[in-house]
Amino acid sequence: MNGAVMSAPIMSLHRCYQRSALLFTARRLLSSSSVSPPPLHRRLLLYLTQRFYDVELFLSWRFQKKRERLEGKNAYYGYTKRHHGPDIATAYYILSMKGSLRYVGQSEWLHSKRRGKFNWDFLNYKDKQLQDINMSHTLINYRGMENLENQRSLRTLSLRGCPEVDDWFLARLHVFQDSLEELDISHCPRITTGGLAALRHLKGLQRLDVSSLPKISSPGLVVILLEEMLPQCQITATGYDYMLRQEGEHEAEEHVLGQR
Amino acid sequence: MSTWRRLHVKARTARGLLTSGPVTERHTWLHRHLPLCQSLSTSTPLRNDFFKDLEAQLAAMRKKAADALPGSNWSPFEINPNLPPERADIVIVGGGVVGWSVAYWLKKKEMVRGGVKVVVIEKDTTYSKASTVLSAGGIRQQFSLPENIYLSLVSAFFMRNINEYLGVLNEDPIDLQFNHSGYLFLANEDVAHIMEENYNTQLDAGAKVKLLSPTQLKDKFPWINTDGVALASYGLENEGSFDPWTLLNAFRRKAISMGVIQCRGEVTDINYTSQLLRNMDGDQVELRRIKSVKVQMPNSLEYQPVDCAIVVNAAGAFSGKLAEMMGIGYGPENTIAGVPFPVEPRKRFVYVVHCPNGPGLDTPFLIDYSGVYFRREGLGGNFIAGASPEESEEPDTSNLEVDHQFFEEKIWPSLANRVPAFEKLKVSSAWAGFYDYNTFDQNGIIGLHPLIPNMYFATGFSGHGLQHSPGVGRAVAELILDGNFQTLDLSMFGFRRILAQEPMLEKNIV
Repeated sequence: MNGAVMSAPIMSLHRCYQRSALLFTARRLLSSSSVSPPPLHRRLLLYLTQRFYDVELFLSWRFQKKRERLEGKNAYYGYTKRHHGPDIATAYYILSMKGSLRYVGQSEWLHSKRRGKFNWDFLNYKDKQLQDINMSHTLINYRGMENLENQRSLRTLSLRGCPEVDDWFLARLHVFQDSLEELDISHCPRITTGGLAALRHLKGLQRLDVSSLPKISSPGLVVILLEEMLPQCQITATGYDYMLRQEGEHEAEEHVLGQR
Repeated sequence: MSTWRRLHVKARTARGLLTSGPVTERHTWLHRHLPLCQSLSTSTPLRNDFFKDLEAQLAAMRKKAADALPGSNWSPFEINPNLPPERADIVIVGGGVVGWSVAYWLKKKEMVRGGVKVVVIEKDTTYSKASTVLSAGGIRQQFSLPENIYLSLVSAFFMRNINEYLGVLNEDPIDLQFNHSGYLFLANEDVAHIMEENYNTQLDAGAKVKLLSPTQLKDKFPWINTDGVALASYGLENEGSFDPWTLLNAFRRKAISMGVIQCRGEVTDINYTSQLLRNMDGDQVELRRIKSVKVQMPNSLEYQPVDCAIVVNAAGAFSGKLAEMMGIGYGPENTIAGVPFPVEPRKRFVYVVHCPNGPGLDTPFLIDYSGVYFRREGLGGNFIAGASPEESEEPDTSNLEVDHQFFEEKIWPSLANRVPAFEKLKVSSAWAGFYDYNTFDQNGIIGLHPLIPNMYFATGFSGHGLQHSPGVGRAVAELILDGNFQTLDLSMFGFRRILAQEPMLEKNIV
């Protein structure tokens, strides 16, 4: 009898803990969407990978192929450069990556059309330097940067939402240190604080957009440090919820109090 | 009743011989409560318990018998599951970043899965005293020897594509936390011409470096005091600092996933066969071929000899011990066997200082001509600083205690002179680590000793081991599996220079 009396509060406590654990997981799911479980076929493959070497080999082979395709797209346009000059090679690279560009002294942009087709008019602009390059939402990576390097009068570069732009890419932007005035690296998922430190070479920078970089841990402090490093530059940093962490802590505290 | 009880006691003693711990315990409990049962009830419940026990005993015996059948891994002797295998193709002594890098490249270069059986032996798997994790974690291209510059470029390439090399399927991608801060070397009048020479070598090798005059330097970094600086060289790309622990773990995780066996233990003895040969001059030389290494288990007397074809000496600061076991340097004077192995541990201190008014996000890894260096650590105004002591003032290497006097006397004055903001700093923590210091010429030793045909050396990097580990690992794997260097010719780092007494000194070494 005594045992039964004792066990009742323990049971309720246990249930309470279970519920709070559920609450925690639910909040974690809500807070970041990337934690959501992968689709069924990927889970099946994962299951098979743990049991069969062949599946593992196949998956790593597929991953490698994907990398190779990406590297192939970003390959050095040496042939074009030899036959048509470096500027046409750069323009060709940008247009085939579905970016857009504008020459020095021109007002209209050259775009690629839907399905990757583009106008070959740029062949007329031999030995004409580029002024603005927009590579937003393209697959440009470190290797592709080699095709842009000879543009010494580049003024704006937009790399908004490029999944392959990382810290090493930013470290290589020093080649534009004399000319670059505007840089947009917002929404790039792979950029971290260590890469932003490499922007110190761009002393002529006047506008910098570092909005919504998910890998930056303390954005408020980083933006202040960036402003200190590039004093004459106007820095845009939206899309960060500075209050998020404090709110979370507050909630956790309340939760603990409620349990008591 | 009494006969029955006597019988029961007999059965109990008989069983006591057979049973293991928990069952006997239950039984004594029963025995203790025996008078109670006797006074209250008949013997029926007791008998039931006895048969129930007997059933449990029989089940346990059956299980034991089944375990002892061939095909199960049960054995009557207790075997330590952490023992290394009895036989291996390649034994790598030292599980630091170089050792694991060699293991990884060996596995990557093997032709078929499981082609070479590689064992890595590390005496402390917590890495509490390992040079790898106690280093400042920098990578630079500003060397004076082309080989070192190439090695750094290879490492930078490796780190840039680290997830293609060391990524494991279905595991988190590796984040090295690389901080692209660049190195800034300062030179005074006396060494400015060396810096210029080095700069030309670096440009030839393909490194991105820039020379700065004191005015340009002041313009770029207003917080520097340029007194005494004649020239500065500044790395633009591929230079900075990263987290050594992440790199070590990435190598280890990948190598283990590829089938490398990790073993905790220490190599205490080497078993070798000798062969007497006669050289061109008619002198006798002794060739020693390793047969097996004796691996002592940690905190025990247990050991396991591991038969192996090849040993890689990647023991870093303690690689001298292994060379000593092979008798290097103990031969007669003026012979190859008499040339001592020049690697020894040297203690270096690293101090963490807090200075909220110090330089900001653009702080480079600064190396002053006085030998003092510092770099930024995190965003909270913390810096890591250190220096190499004078040759005559080398600290005692028997422990890893930090000499705070050294900071007060040698480092702080130079730091505060170079960066006036550092006058108001506070040392928040400090640690010490070992350099695998090559007393001969402060460069790595890669390759075979002429008198030991199956011990490959990859040691003596004198503080560059971490940043050169990817390239060195590949080079050693090529030496072992292909017989010579395939991608990067590092034969300059061989034993030849030591035997010929031709040091290959790095100018401006820090």
